Parts: sequence; C-alpha cells; structure tokens
Amino acid sequence: MTFTELGAQFGSVALSASMAVAAGLVGCFAVMRRMTLAADAMSHVALPGIGVALLLHISPLIGALVMLFLGTLLIWALEIKTRISTETVVGVVFTLALAVGSFLASGEELIDALFGAPGKLTGLEIGFGLIGAAIVIVLILWLKNALIVSLVSPDIASTSGINVIALDLTYLLAFALTIALGIRFLGVLLMGSLIIIPAVTARRLATDLTTMLSLSVAVAVISTMAGLYLGSLLQRETGPLIVSAAGAIFVLSLLKKQPA
Amino acid sequence: MQAGAVLQPPAYALEVDHLTIRFGTTEIFRDLSFKVPLGSSLVVIGPNGGGKTVLFRALIGSLPYEGSIRWAPGTRLGYVPQKLDIERSLPVTGNDLLRAKAAITKTPGKMLLTALDRVGLDMGALNTPIGALSGGQFQEVLLAFALIGDPNVLLLDEPTAGVDAPGRESFYRLIQKLQQETGLTAIVISHDLSVVARSATNVLCLSRSDSCFGPPKTILDPELLGRMYGMPLGFHFHDIH
Repeated sequence: MTFTELGAQFGSVALSASMAVAAGLVGCFAVMRRMTLAADAMSHVALPGIGVALLLHISPLIGALVMLFLGTLLIWALEIKTRISTETVVGVVFTLALAVGSFLASGEELIDALFGAPGKLTGLEIGFGLIGAAIVIVLILWLKNALIVSLVSPDIASTSGINVIALDLTYLLAFALTIALGIRFLGVLLMGSLIIIPAVTARRLATDLTTMLSLSVAVAVISTMAGLYLGSLLQRETGPLIVSAAGAIFVLSLLKKQPA
Repeated sequence: MQAGAVLQPPAYALEVDHLTIRFGTTEIFRDLSFKVPLGSSLVVIGPNGGGKTVLFRALIGSLPYEGSIRWAPGTRLGYVPQKLDIERSLPVTGNDLLRAKAAITKTPGKMLLTALDRVGLDMGALNTPIGALSGGQFQEVLLAFALIGDPNVLLLDEPTAGVDAPGRESFYRLIQKLQQETGLTAIVISHDLSVVARSATNVLCLSRSDSCFGPPKTILDPELLGRMYGMPLGFHFHDIH
C-alpha cells in the first residue's frame, strides 16, 4: 500500500468516525424531542439539491448542503408561523422535496444519493466532513444544557435566559449538517437511520443524560467501524452494513427490560 | 440625572398597566392593571380558562400582548411551571436538569448546593429520572431549579397540583421561609383558597368576564368569589384566621 493510499484510508476512517460521533450526539436530542420520523424525513430534503447539482455538474454535496439549509429555514419558519409541530411541517416539506428530487435526479445517481456512493473520497469531501463533524460536535456539547432545559419546558428555558426560537433553529441546522455529512457514505436515506438508531438504543439503556450521550456515540461509532470493516471484507457497499450493524445492536438492547 | 439626586430603590417588583391579551379574535382578558410590591406575595386565583397561565406566559415574555409589563430593574425570574408531562423513561435526572441550569446561569457549585439545601431535596431523588419522580419530588426539583441563579422574583404556576395535602402545606411553608430569608417576591397561581388566605399580600382574581385585585380580606368575599366563579363558593375568610 502506497503512502497516499494509506493517507486516503486513514482519512476515510477518521471521517466516518467523526460523522458517527456527530450523528450519535444529534440523534439523542432528536429522539428526546420526539423527532424520530422527522429525522428520517428531513434527510430527503437534500434530494432536490443533489438533483440540481448533478444537472449543473457541481459537487452533489454542495447542492445537498444548500437545499438542507434552505429546507431547515423553511421548516423552522413554518413551525413558528403556523404553530404546527416540527414533525408535521417536516412531513409536508419532505414529500415535496422527494417529489422534486426524484424528478431532477434519476437512475443510478438517485440510488447513490439515497444509499451512498462507493469510491475514493475527494479532498473536498474529507475536508468538509471533518470540519462539519467538528462543528456539529462542538455545537451539541455547547448547547446540551440549553437543549435539555428547553426539552423539559420551553417556559422554564426562556426564564433561564435561553432564546428558545434561536436554539431550535441552531439545533435544526446542526441536524441538517449531520445529514449532509453522511451523504457520501450512507446516502441521505440511511443517514437518518444512523442518527436515530444509536440514540434510540441509548435511550433504552440509559437513565441519565451523560450515559445516553456516551452510549449513543459508542453505538454509532461501533456500527460505522463494523460496517466499514465488513464492507471491505465482503466487497459490498458500506451504508447498508453500517445501518444493519446499528439495527443489530438495537435488537440486542431489547433484551433489557424497561421499568414499568 | 441631576447631580446630588438620590437613587430611590423601586417600590414595585412588577407593574402591569392596561394589559390585554388576545388569541386571534378571542380576548382572554382586557385592560388588566395591578402592582406587586417588592418582597410581597401575589396569589392569582380564578376559574379554569380565566387566563391565569396565559398571564404568566405573558409575564415571562412568551406571549405577545397589548399594554405594558414593567419588571423592576435587575429582576431575576425563577419559574415553576404547572405540572409537566414528562415521559417516565426520559433519561434526564434531577441532577442533569439542575446542573444544566447552573451551567447556563454560570452559578458556582456552592450556590447550587445552597439551592438544594433550601428546598431540602432528597439526594436519592436527584439521581432518579425526572419522569419517575413523585409529583411532590418533581415539584421540589423544579423549585430548586427556579432558585438556581439567585432569583429575586418567583413565579409559581399551580406548583402543588397533584401533590397531597401535607406536601402542599410544606411546599407553601418553604416558600414563606424563603421569602423571609431572602426577601424575594412571590407570584403564585393557586386554586387552594386557604393557602391564598394565609400567604397572600394581595389577590388577583381572573375570570372570563371580569377581574378584581386587592388584599385577601376584600377579595375572598363569598359574594364576590361567587360572582367571579359563576357559582357559590363555600369559603369564608374567617375560617382561616
């Protein structure tokens, strides 16, 4: 193996590990905020962006990022304006996005966007991935106290000096950025699962916040590493293997009895 | 400001003038005015749907309104909300919640312990998920939460709903003790008229059609209460004193 190949492989492992940490952290609050379906749905918002990027011959990642950013702002604004729950608003925006996305992208490109594309990573992808994951991790760890208080009651959050509306937007943007991080490896469809499954598993096993965050990150990283290893061993795409590994750990977590 | 002028401390923790709140075309209440002296207790009573919680949400800035709400300069609010619906399995303990508030308000660990000590919270309860706590224990956690950050005004929205009679008594005794020790102002929504009579400096009664404000002796008049609640109430102020 040449030095460059070794570097690329290291970059790929570091990127997938940092993406998994970000997904594990973001997912905890999505699960506690009862946004699990919204999380899956929101990942589809990237599709029209990918479609437009492919038409314009620019990186699908840029198209996805722009669309996720706009979609998040739209969801946030609709939620404030109409007072409809995030879940419902995301449902509406996502079906529209899916319709437009499948119209713009087609065939193999669409499959790649949904389930991830194999092949070597470009410098842009590694750079964006590492910086994006670092931003999400720092943001969530920095905001975790405010997120917890606002989750228990938005009113006690605002009397504690938290701007709940700005907090919601920041969280949704961190969520959207996490989806974008996974586009290359998992595709938009499976990235929603990597955000949700480890967090749901951790929620079943943990009784306090620190344990939940740690377990969720651990499950996400272990699943990702297992998927990468099995993918290279079996010469198969890593995305479905990563999500299957996370699903297997979730099934194991069902062995623990929940308190009555 | 002129040279030599003496700064007078504000006499009121809160001044509300001509407050009107509407949800769409529905008017919740109109032209509401009252003042809360520093260090006093205002108890807000009234039938369900009278706008008590709506008033609180306007006071904390969570709802748009017409008129004016003026808090004294330097007001730090502590808010204990109405009974919250928390999932039993939510992996958030009292400890997580209190530490989160301490981090947000940059409260040192020593002050956090003072808040816990004042409430007399059981340490075992702190490590239990908040959804699994009893009603009384959870209200104590919320009170400790409100006390972190050294508030000078406490807003309590039916803080003892779902708590048994001895629990209610000890909760209100605790609030009175806190007021004596720290001089804080308390604004409380309560349905318990005997608590109102014992602890209120002033009473604000809100109903869909009307509002009244004054000392307990004036407001806890069976005839006036009957009119506000739309039915006769068997409460007599003299039963308490």
